[in-house]
Amino acid sequence: MNHTILAISLSSIANSMHQSLQALLGDGFALTATEMLIQGLSLIVFLVILCFYLGWMERRVAAFMQIRLGPNRVGPQGTLQIIADTIKLLLKEGLTPNSSDKFLFNLAPMIMVITSFLVVAPLAFSKDFQLWDINIGILYVSAVSSISVIGILMAGWSSNNKYSLLGAMRSGAQLVSYELSIGLSLISIVILTGSLQMSDIINSQSNGWWLFKGHIPVIISFVIFIIASTAEINRAPFDLAEAEQELTAGFHTEYSGMKFAMFLLSEYINLFIASAIAATIFLGGWMPLHLGNFEAFNHVMDFIPGFVWFMGKTMFIIFIIMWFRWTFPRLRVDQLLNLEWKYLLPISMINTIFITIIAIYGWHF
Amino acid sequence: MFIKEYFSTIYRSIKSLLTGMKLTGYYFTHLNKIKTEEYPDNRATLKMADRFRGEVVMPHNENNEHRCTGCQACEIACPNGTIKIITKQEILADGKKKKRIDSFIYHHDLCTLCNLCIVACPSDAIVMAQTFEHAVYDKKLLKKILNNPDSKIMEGVE
Repeated sequence: MNHTILAISLSSIANSMHQSLQALLGDGFALTATEMLIQGLSLIVFLVILCFYLGWMERRVAAFMQIRLGPNRVGPQGTLQIIADTIKLLLKEGLTPNSSDKFLFNLAPMIMVITSFLVVAPLAFSKDFQLWDINIGILYVSAVSSISVIGILMAGWSSNNKYSLLGAMRSGAQLVSYELSIGLSLISIVILTGSLQMSDIINSQSNGWWLFKGHIPVIISFVIFIIASTAEINRAPFDLAEAEQELTAGFHTEYSGMKFAMFLLSEYINLFIASAIAATIFLGGWMPLHLGNFEAFNHVMDFIPGFVWFMGKTMFIIFIIMWFRWTFPRLRVDQLLNLEWKYLLPISMINTIFITIIAIYGWHF
Repeated sequence: MFIKEYFSTIYRSIKSLLTGMKLTGYYFTHLNKIKTEEYPDNRATLKMADRFRGEVVMPHNENNEHRCTGCQACEIACPNGTIKIITKQEILADGKKKKRIDSFIYHHDLCTLCNLCIVACPSDAIVMAQTFEHAVYDKKLLKKILNNPDSKIMEGVE
């Protein structure tokens, strides 16, 4: 498996940094603290830059699908537009409404961003390049990501605004229902792999991705995962929590300046996380594409670094999510709950039974 | 029966959603279909639509002759008093007196470009021009006299 053409991989950089820091600081508390600081800072910088890029990509993709051009003035192809927007948001006044619950109002955006950053921890960006390879990775992801509903409810409640409260309540109903489908589609891969650990799940796909190995039931659970996680991250066609036409901006109506930017940041990080998890458990994370016995083809695929594979797959899924965001109309609240309780949940339950049968008899490749 | 309906609903929804995604996917991959006019950049090649109305103008021919008889139908038709026609009496060669326009005053700042004056004109003396970029710093510049100095009425227009 280790035919990487690049002698420098992300994990080797991390290892050499670890060794040089060990030589410098010894094995004590200072080493741990420094490494944690470096990891945290590089993660924040990576995710913020990624969100800049995703914000630009969203607007360009939306524009192209609506036969428009989108931002194309600031920088080449408008790539610096989002930096201009950030400077604007930084300079704006962060208003706190007079009759709001000021402590909760200011706490809510922080909870949203912290939750988003927490979920990134068990993601494997490349081979042996992972912040925290916890043995209950999938469980951790689905547990921690549902904390974000507290941030949304907190923002809606403390704004003391009917639109915000309505948006937050809708979001609560939505997250509670769609959590089930996400859980069941994650479980389908856990059944096939027999492990909740991210690295185990990725290693089980070294001879082919689960999407191809698991026959139709895995494809169904992949589709259900994409639909349910779109609902989970409050994006159109499930953006009832911030339905512009009905609720101005939903739970973040009262927010402005940097606090609003933090909601935006957490939305894009959540988009990245949902896509990265789908890419990891269904499309094999950083695993290159291998086709059965075509040795030459497999060798060529191994030359592409794992990080490129991971980001490529993630970007592909992000593009699909954006694609149907800019195609489909928004669901009504009753349609939203119908879709989950009458369609997605029964289908994913029956699907889980099929996957269990496949796993028991070993019918997957 | 219920089961059949259930699955046909799923089938129809997926089909209609995929139809929508096919259309947006088509637009995404065919960037030459983009409708956006990059206005200040394409000023030289900009093509205005036929129905675009910029301002009222009075066309003159090469002999500095217009078609306006001074009947004031446009002034009456205008809903917000944009047009003011000042007339004069002209003594023709055979000694008869005839009404002629002295000046056709058009207040561009009051005009809503509703086209009613053009419809009302019985002799097609005024038309809508497709000019644009009318912003000026002085409001006086928007009060325009449409007939050229020393212009005459065209032969045969009554």
